Amino acid sequence: MRYILRRFGFYVLAAWVALTMNFFLPRLMPGDPATALFARFKGRLSPEAMQGLREAFGFTHEPLLKQYITYLGHVLKGDLGISVAYFPSPVMKVIGTGFVWTLFLAGSAVVLSFAIGTLLGVAAAWWRRGWVDTWLPSALVFVGAFPYFWLAMVALYVFGFTLGWFPLGHAYSDDITPSWSFGFAIDVLRHAVLPVGTVILVTLGGWLLSMRNSMIAVLGSDYVNLARAKGLPPARVALRYAARNALLPSVTGFGMALGFVLGGSLLTEIVFSYPGQGYLLVQAVRNQDYALMQGIFLVITLAVLGANLCVDIFYLWLDPRTRESRS
Amino acid sequence: MCIDYITDRGPVRAIDHVSLDLERGEFLGVAGESGSGKSTLAQGIMRILPPPAVITGGEAIFEGRDILTLDEEELRKLRWSRMSMVFQSAMDALNPVITIGEQITDTMHAHGDMSARAARDRAAELLEMVGIPGDRLDAYAHQLSGGMRQRVGIAIALALEPTLLILDEPTTALDVIVEREILEEIRGLQRKLGFAVIFITHDLARMLQFSDRVAVFYAGRMAEIGPAEELRTSPRHPYTQGLLRAFPSVHGSTVEMFSIPGTPPSLRNPPAGCRFHPRCPVAVELCSKVSPELKQIGPGHSAACHLAK
Repeated sequence: MRYILRRFGFYVLAAWVALTMNFFLPRLMPGDPATALFARFKGRLSPEAMQGLREAFGFTHEPLLKQYITYLGHVLKGDLGISVAYFPSPVMKVIGTGFVWTLFLAGSAVVLSFAIGTLLGVAAAWWRRGWVDTWLPSALVFVGAFPYFWLAMVALYVFGFTLGWFPLGHAYSDDITPSWSFGFAIDVLRHAVLPVGTVILVTLGGWLLSMRNSMIAVLGSDYVNLARAKGLPPARVALRYAARNALLPSVTGFGMALGFVLGGSLLTEIVFSYPGQGYLLVQAVRNQDYALMQGIFLVITLAVLGANLCVDIFYLWLDPRTRESRS
Repeated sequence: MCIDYITDRGPVRAIDHVSLDLERGEFLGVAGESGSGKSTLAQGIMRILPPPAVITGGEAIFEGRDILTLDEEELRKLRWSRMSMVFQSAMDALNPVITIGEQITDTMHAHGDMSARAARDRAAELLEMVGIPGDRLDAYAHQLSGGMRQRVGIAIALALEPTLLILDEPTTALDVIVEREILEEIRGLQRKLGFAVIFITHDLARMLQFSDRVAVFYAGRMAEIGPAEELRTSPRHPYTQGLLRAFPSVHGSTVEMFSIPGTPPSLRNPPAGCRFHPRCPVAVELCSKVSPELKQIGPGHSAACHLAK
């Protein structure tokens, strides 16, 4: 329990550091969003409006410390400012929908890839030199070596455009209204197959190999040998004794991958015009929408921290040795 | 029995035509230097040899059945219910993320129907029997000391009351006092429960103290086998004699330490004739040419030496 509290404290600290950097970085850059926005309107705004914009963005002439405190207060209240690209929606609202789609897309891709890859790794190590072990790792590493966007576009062209099995883009069909219905769920799943599938395809090999290698090491250990000698059923030896222990290094990797994918689903979302965070980020950059960018960075950072906290707690449950030795 | 390790440069014979027999309830010691094939033999009997080791010939008759011809499922049933084993390293033989209680009870569940409740009670009983409080069932291996872990290993081994218990250097990782305690514990349990023991160690002095009979291995072959008392007082093979002098007496009298010159031969190309002859202080010309057969030199006492009478 103390361990969890300490980890939690660490993540709160990390979140604060992220917030602070998020505040100072734009202020260290030359120019400011208000000037940028002012320029975008090509002289159609009055100088008074410029002053108003500055205030709206928090770039006032107050001392930096006071600005910083105001900023922290706003963030805690969930107020991240007004989006320029989606004017006049508040950033929080714009990010909200995008975040949900990204969480769904990236989350299911990572979890599925991890689960399938790990199971295949268990199979490859258990039936060493069997067909899974012989063909799959090299095939998947080969596929994983392609640039992702290229693979995604080929998949989109073949399965979406030529064969027409799956829709070409977006999270759901335009002629359907979002609701908690079976039809809508099916529609969303059909739209998710290609983006999720391609991400799984390129990341599967890594999970397979890391699980396979750590499983092979564990299979040679005395306690697995003892489990065999005890006459336990093979399935129990493979899963409860070997895979359970071999999983530990992979779980650490899983925590890191979660964060990476939340930030890195950008390419997927662009190729498949998926309305997630990556797509929003591109819109924000194109429109020099500083508030939106800042908001997205912040949400990604917090999501990564949150995901890692979850993995930490999961690890605690998985490995009893961590329960005492660190507290 | 013959066991080969298949390597890139051809097979290496780790166990070379070794024949052993064991009575019900007997305590047999197997001694030898590192690499003499003691552990390979033990794993061969359990048929848990890791690749690249392969049993290339012979038979292992256990209660009238040849273990080497059993299929996986028959073997699985036989293992642990009839014969079990305590591993060399107590540190590594327990799964670090499963409670010791589960590691005892899953053995019982794998070999017969037993309610979770009954299995737990029995596991606690087993722990008490090896000197660990029964309420430590939910402990993990890292919460126990080395000696306690090895005791858990023994509790696991005795869970199904086997007729044969193989101890593969069970006390090498422990200090002398704990080692003695554990061996005495096993000896006591053996008298009470009546199982046979194959006790493997490189510590000949310790072994002579605890065993009924002792077999001495050298480079994958048996050098000498006989009643413990006889081996202690009148060893016939020069290697056994050397080994005995290499260990200080347990009774504390200071004797000059002696070590056998040279190192054990490579099993890849063992010396011709008697494998011990390059290191043997009394070797004659015959020893480098003809490999000595194991011959009887007394009741239940045999040695593989041309000079032994």
